[in-house]
Amino acid sequence: MEFEAVVGMEVHVEINSKSKVFCGCSADFHAGPNTNVCPVCLGMPGVLPVLNVDMVNKSVAVGLALNCAISRWSKLDRKNYFYPDMAKNYQISQYDLPLCQNGWIEIDLDGQTKRIGITRAHIEEDTARNTHTIAGNQSGVDFNRSGVALLEIVTEPDIRSAKEAFAYLTALKQLLQYLDVSDCNMEEGSLRAEANISVRPVGQEQFGTKTEVKNVASFSGVFKAIEFEIARHIKLINSGGKVVQETRGWDADRGITVPQRLKESAHDYRYFPEPDLVPIVVDEAWEQRIRESLPELPAARRSRMGTQYGLSAYDANVITLSQDTANYYERVVAVGADAKKAANWLMGELQALLSAAKQEITDCRVTPADLAALIGLIDSGAINGKMAKDIIAEMFETGKAPQDIVKEQGLSQITDTGAIEDIIRKVLADNPAQVGQFRSGKEQVFGFLVGQVMRATQGKANPALLNDLLRRELSRQEN
Amino acid sequence: MTTPLYKKTVREIRDAVRSGALTAVEVTEAHLARIADVDPKVDAFTQIWTDEALAQAAAVDAKVKQGIDPGPLAGVPVGVKELICTRTGKTTCASKILENFRSPYDATIIQKLDAAGAVFLGKVNMDEFAMGSSTERSTIKTTKNPWNLKCVPGGSSGGSAAAISADECAIALGSDTGGSIRQPAALCGCVGIKPTYGRVSRFGLVAFASSLDQIGPLTKNVEDAALSLNTLCGRDPRDATSADLPVPDFTKALTGDVKGLRIGLPKEYFTEALNAEMREKVEAAVDVFKSGGAEIVPVSLPHTDYAIATYYIICTAEASANLARFDGVRYGYRNPAAKTVEEMYVLSKSEAFGPEVRRRIMLGTYVLSSGYYDAYYLKAQKVRRLIKKDFDDAFEKCDFVMGPTSPIPTFEFGAKTENPLEMYLADIYTISVNLATLPGISIPCGLTASGLPAGLQLIGRPFGEETLLRAAHCYEQTSGTTLGDPPIA
Amino acid sequence: MSKITKQDVEYVAGLAQLRLDEAAKERLVREMGDILAYMDQLNELDTSNVEPMMHAMEMTNVFRQDVVKPSLPREEALMNAPVHDGEYFIVPRILEGDAS
Repeated sequence: MEFEAVVGMEVHVEINSKSKVFCGCSADFHAGPNTNVCPVCLGMPGVLPVLNVDMVNKSVAVGLALNCAISRWSKLDRKNYFYPDMAKNYQISQYDLPLCQNGWIEIDLDGQTKRIGITRAHIEEDTARNTHTIAGNQSGVDFNRSGVALLEIVTEPDIRSAKEAFAYLTALKQLLQYLDVSDCNMEEGSLRAEANISVRPVGQEQFGTKTEVKNVASFSGVFKAIEFEIARHIKLINSGGKVVQETRGWDADRGITVPQRLKESAHDYRYFPEPDLVPIVVDEAWEQRIRESLPELPAARRSRMGTQYGLSAYDANVITLSQDTANYYERVVAVGADAKKAANWLMGELQALLSAAKQEITDCRVTPADLAALIGLIDSGAINGKMAKDIIAEMFETGKAPQDIVKEQGLSQITDTGAIEDIIRKVLADNPAQVGQFRSGKEQVFGFLVGQVMRATQGKANPALLNDLLRRELSRQEN
Repeated sequence: MTTPLYKKTVREIRDAVRSGALTAVEVTEAHLARIADVDPKVDAFTQIWTDEALAQAAAVDAKVKQGIDPGPLAGVPVGVKELICTRTGKTTCASKILENFRSPYDATIIQKLDAAGAVFLGKVNMDEFAMGSSTERSTIKTTKNPWNLKCVPGGSSGGSAAAISADECAIALGSDTGGSIRQPAALCGCVGIKPTYGRVSRFGLVAFASSLDQIGPLTKNVEDAALSLNTLCGRDPRDATSADLPVPDFTKALTGDVKGLRIGLPKEYFTEALNAEMREKVEAAVDVFKSGGAEIVPVSLPHTDYAIATYYIICTAEASANLARFDGVRYGYRNPAAKTVEEMYVLSKSEAFGPEVRRRIMLGTYVLSSGYYDAYYLKAQKVRRLIKKDFDDAFEKCDFVMGPTSPIPTFEFGAKTENPLEMYLADIYTISVNLATLPGISIPCGLTASGLPAGLQLIGRPFGEETLLRAAHCYEQTSGTTLGDPPIA
Repeated sequence: MSKITKQDVEYVAGLAQLRLDEAAKERLVREMGDILAYMDQLNELDTSNVEPMMHAMEMTNVFRQDVVKPSLPREEALMNAPVHDGEYFIVPRILEGDAS
């Protein structure tokens, strides 16, 4: 029997407000343990939450970017369960009236797009973190993260493979970064993904029994965990077994999912409206204000830049993957660089240097103007491509302008015909055997001779000119 | 014979301290002496902050001496209910689970009173987590009714009411979720007002039922209540449910007349459940208002009988979540034998919560649990709206509603602890007021034949405290029913 | 018959993290049964067209601005903890099944 997978994702994103969602403590959880805490986020007796308006604004922005309907009227609820990480033993969340509902996002699958439905996006608060590094049979709890603004984004069960799940996460992260609402750092837990996975025979409408996979710390982990679960379900069913509905954790070291032991009552959350907070009413004017403040989103930017700069779909995709890269690119072109060449240099040499140095483009010492200048130097024939590669490495290292590097190191390309002809004549005289081979029809030797001349000029000869002159000299000598 | 200092009202104390006629230290010392004298019998105070109080008083006096405004409550001695968070002393909620809890912050109203020049004498007793109507559920001590030491002071703000009645302080802070200010005020013969929900910040009030809780003052008379409200009321950015409304000078409402006011008497409040003597007192009060020129209007609050069921669903549900935080992780009692997280929860809670608290947590958890939410909690929220609408309709015809505060006067210890439902039913007249978020005031309206105070309750429109204070003040001035001193000391 | 059974009481006690002895369970079956039966009188009312009163106040949109305010000194954050090590609140070792 052939099976298809049905996957829905729940993503928790920490929103980058400066303060926590219900109190004024800094949301920076990197501080020393229990230093960004106050009576409110410690759940002390007598405290009350007050909602951070920045969280509402950013959540609405995400909702709009995900093509959601923004609720005119929504409320917060208490979700009750006990855990030492929970300051109040209830989490303030949204139950039946989330802020954002019924949206979608487009994902890219090797050039094909697919739409994934977004069921809802709602406001909640993060929990504390525990550590097992405490001596004895004990754990330590740090409440710095307690009360950090958290947006939960839930998809429809529209995802059909691990690859689609990966593409969804990529598209979602890209969107969130464009909106500048989260740093989306999965290792640090500012973006966390859970997957609900089931399989069913192809053609069957009814869903199979699902399992929920948690504790995944990277996109590739999500990919592997889903692949593993799909295979596990299919194998179970094919061998006459049954999938048990349960929560499973991803064990990255062993590359498998393992069942998490939970109590029978663990899902009776006893939601009820949070009496300490009043409803959120986002009227049309407020929604419109946020809509107008949205930046150009990835899909729109991709298509605009493709058209405007004549980029291939692939190039447009890569360049717009991050807003910073796209901004950088547009600045390079804005100061006059050729659009195609700018794309090549950005995606090629510069990206390689950034990757090797583990740097972000925003930290890059090569300014867009300098990259444009470098491309200009090549276009004008002042330097050749090989020289440019050395120069950009130097620019990347030192932040110097390409013109200065050329001047300092005397790197100007030799365009003096006479000088190159002198060197050619000398090289041909030194390599009579190769000259003979060329003349007997071995065209490949031409490359060797070019290399010899280039070396003799220390790479400074204009390659096109060198080619011309060498051919001319070889045929002249022949005659 | 001059009146002893401890008998003085808020108005008298603050006028004397502000003018320099008395020092705040003298006033504080007199009240501390009074506490030392009578509290061993009454047991209203759970903590006495002698040093801190005298230091606060000295600071007030220093301001007076330097010509700096010492505030509108300069030198006024205040008792604080055990569930209001104070950096001074402990905040125990009269529960073993918080017996050593020291709040790292002051409640908003504590900050306001401090800024107004009030002096905190210490904390006063209550039912554990405000769950009770007799203060017998305190794990600290048994507070007695100054009018009869064999009887309960009411609850849950029983310590507050007893402290006022025994002249141990001039303002006692209480909290009222279903009558916890008004009922003990009635049973101890003092004035107690529950302001409209949202009038006073709840920040720093340990929550029992968040949608019902409200802080208010207990005082010797109505003017003192008005003066207290002037400081207590107002929007607090730390409480999202506090109303953004201007705070009037409530004393300006005390005009001394009730001419033209329409008073609604709900027929549902005068049934056989009402003790005959209490009915007599209330009817006598009605006559006082009539002769003062008020108009009496019959009204109906048809859903009155459903209020108790509605209240106990909502308050227990909210309490079950509010009390979940007492888990022994960040504060509070932890059973030292706990070896696992689950043991830490169950052993600590089961040992340190009293039976009434456990019962309400169980009930609240049940009514919210899977499969029962709609039948209980959602249903109660709907009936709550009907109860509120009853009052809205009544206020079409009258300016305030009047009736007894409690169907019965105070009772002896142990008389009602056995059957929880019977105890719940005694809250019949006060509970609807919280459900409808309205202001309510209880004022004394005479003594029964056996010398126990009776309480008259006035219920106002949302944010209609001024009308209530005006009417209550007029009654106080014209009824001639001053109770005199309780038979202690 | 009581509105609720001993199993109900045990389930609810589990949700509320309370441990009850047999006597307490039996008493709660009776007491909660009485109270819940009393609460059932609400079913006499037709509320099909009544909006639930979900909030006590009719206000909406009460927010705080995104401004960082001082936190508590760590000593004060920890001062009420039954067990702490000067940095962390210390609890018995947390296992994955402890969420409940």
